[in-house]
Amino acid sequence: MPMTLNRVSVPVTVNEDACIADKGCTVCVESCPLDLLAIDLLKKKAFMKYDECWYCLPCEKDCPTQAIRVDIPYLLR
Amino acid sequence: MSDMIAEVDVLVIGGGTAGPMAAVKAKEKNPALKVMLLEKANVKRSGAISMGMDGLNNAVIPGHATPEQYVKEITVANDGIVNQKTVMAYAQESFNMINQLDRWGVKFEKDETGDYAVKKVHHIGTYVLPMPEGHHMKKVLYRQLKKARVEITNRYMATRLLLDDSGAIAGAMVLDTREGGFGVIRAKSVILCTGAAGRLGLPSSGYLFGTYENPTNAGDGYALAYHAGAELSGIECYQINPLIKDYNGPSCAYVTGPFGGYTANSKGERFIECDYWSGQMMMEFYKELEGGNGPVFLKMDHLAEETIGTIEHILHSNERPSRGRFHEGRNLDYRLGMVEMHISEIGLCSGHSASGVWVDEHAATTVPGLYAAGDLACVPHNYMLGAFVYGQFAGQSAAEYAMSHELPAVDAAQVEAERKRVLAPLANPDGLPPAQVEYKLRRFVNDYLQPPKVTKKMEIGLDRFAEIRADLDSMSATNPHELMRAMEVHFILDCAEMAAHASLYRTESRWGLYHYRVEHPEKNDADWFCHAQLKKNDAGEMTCFKRPIEPYIVELDDEEKDAYNRLRVVKQAATA
Ligand SMILES: Cc1cc2nc3c(=O)[nH]c(=O)nc-3n(C[C@H](O)[C@H](O)[C@H](O)COP(=O)(O)OP(=O)(O)OC[C@H]3O[C@@H](n4cnc5c(N)ncnc54)[C@H](O)[C@@H]3O)c2cc1C
Ligand code: SF4
Ligand code: SF4
Repeated sequence: MPMTLNRVSVPVTVNEDACIADKGCTVCVESCPLDLLAIDLLKKKAFMKYDECWYCLPCEKDCPTQAIRVDIPYLLR
Repeated sequence: MSDMIAEVDVLVIGGGTAGPMAAVKAKEKNPALKVMLLEKANVKRSGAISMGMDGLNNAVIPGHATPEQYVKEITVANDGIVNQKTVMAYAQESFNMINQLDRWGVKFEKDETGDYAVKKVHHIGTYVLPMPEGHHMKKVLYRQLKKARVEITNRYMATRLLLDDSGAIAGAMVLDTREGGFGVIRAKSVILCTGAAGRLGLPSSGYLFGTYENPTNAGDGYALAYHAGAELSGIECYQINPLIKDYNGPSCAYVTGPFGGYTANSKGERFIECDYWSGQMMMEFYKELEGGNGPVFLKMDHLAEETIGTIEHILHSNERPSRGRFHEGRNLDYRLGMVEMHISEIGLCSGHSASGVWVDEHAATTVPGLYAAGDLACVPHNYMLGAFVYGQFAGQSAAEYAMSHELPAVDAAQVEAERKRVLAPLANPDGLPPAQVEYKLRRFVNDYLQPPKVTKKMEIGLDRFAEIRADLDSMSATNPHELMRAMEVHFILDCAEMAAHASLYRTESRWGLYHYRVEHPEKNDADWFCHAQLKKNDAGEMTCFKRPIEPYIVELDDEEKDAYNRLRVVKQAATA
């Protein structure tokens, strides 16, 4: 069936200068109870892949370099 | 890809709160048993207590309350429909469990003498034990899992239970949510600890994952138990909570109440005597919200600076720590304004109300070898401590069962049918996206099932659900993550149908707002003082039937029976 891609703003921002995924870190990817984060294979940095966030904060709390900021999802803000 | 196959003695499904306790207790019972804890997320951060908890909502602590008093309180709060034996079993073990958690390193609030500092929030007794430093729950549990040598399997979800030819448990079928592989885990006994059906109604924000419950809990265990032929109970007794509007999390009166905060109407006046969550309380909340005195607020602006500082510390660092961020965005300071409150979407949860898989006081379901604990097991108002206590019962019972049974043979036909069902969306890349199907389904849940419950609406709802069932076959998944969501849509649909059938079956009103049927507005004890059960019959249809209430072991006098019907502040009622 025909499909389109809708753009949505996501609540998780990764500070790529601070993120050390290029050194092998995947802590936030493992923490997220909804499995929403991933490592961009080209940039070697974490990013939010799916807009299905419970704004619960384990990703932010567990990140060893405080690279993650979780905002309240726009629809609720 | 070939199937992943594992063989264990005890399989625990869901590693949030009840699950880790169940797994540890099964190992303690017999360290030689092979015990696997299967978790959709990662046990280090999964479930309702992912970021800790504000307190114990139902602590039965000597000197403050007795098990008998607690059984009475819950019997009345749940409008009489309880198997008191199960509540009593919890109450008697409550204090031992608190002491054990204390030894394990969970920090509870204590007074100067080192005693637990219990607070009164319920209508009659005193049961709330704050945990202002309760954010480390998952770490404490993880340490115990490692110590007990429980085998942990993260990022796998169970999709169906496996039965032997006698209808007893033989294991579970699972999906690898990262790689998309299908697997079979053979087990002698299985414990379901998959939490509430938290993605049933659509939050009024329209955000699918902005739920009260941790949205990983899509009602998986309710559907798993149902398809295995287990009896479910009280499904019509929905979970509906008073929450911070839009944020959709607790504010929470249990935390602020003991400090002097309270639920108020738009005039800043108190209208309910007691902020303990019950259907009766939610009915008063609903009336105020919809009536001329709404909206409803949580009022703290009258409290002293120091008190507000303490409340902020708890609410903004624990349980749902993003609360502070939300208020900041709305420029709300507890000192200057009240928190706007709202009514949550509907869900199923026995942790808060009474909708769940039927269990006895040993956590056994009606399927041999299948046990259940936590939010999905029907022990009313069981909350977090109830999840731990029933997790313990389930672990011990399932270990005993495994010790006296052989590993059942695997029925290849069940496995084949399930593999086909689970993997179908991957082979259909341009079918319906699961998120769209879920959105529509959950909007229909709001439109047709949310109380006040209207017969015709629920019947139309069932028609719409049947149409969505036909759409399930054309769902697509472009990766394993989306496949997980697609399988969750199946669970949500099962729960929606259960909610409609159970609500239509009970032709009376009970539990305040939870089961307010417009055409049957009165409580009818003559016909409906009983449990309403739901199961899949031999023809594969959803059926409901009555189960008599076991004679009470703790009697109530008439004054007590009526206590939760007198929640409205009297002055208010007289002028209304
Ligand atoms: C926001 C909030 C605040 C609360 N506040 C309090 C409080 O202050 N005091 C209190 O006593 N209680 C409180 N409760 C209730 C309490 O947290 C719950 O009753 C309790 O934690 C439930 O435990 P559980 O094990 O049933 O569910 P959970 O802890 O949610 O665990 C369920 C687990 O199952 C996993 N799972 C789900 N489906 C599958 C599947 N198909 N396969 C594998 N794994 C699966 C999930 O990932 C999850 O980890 C609160 C609940 C919420 C949501
Ligand atoms: S935890 Fe922090 S440092 Fe590690 S991958 Fe995630 S964002 Fe990067
Ligand atoms: S806030 Fe929670 S749900 Fe959102 S990305 Fe972080 S861990 Fe995942």
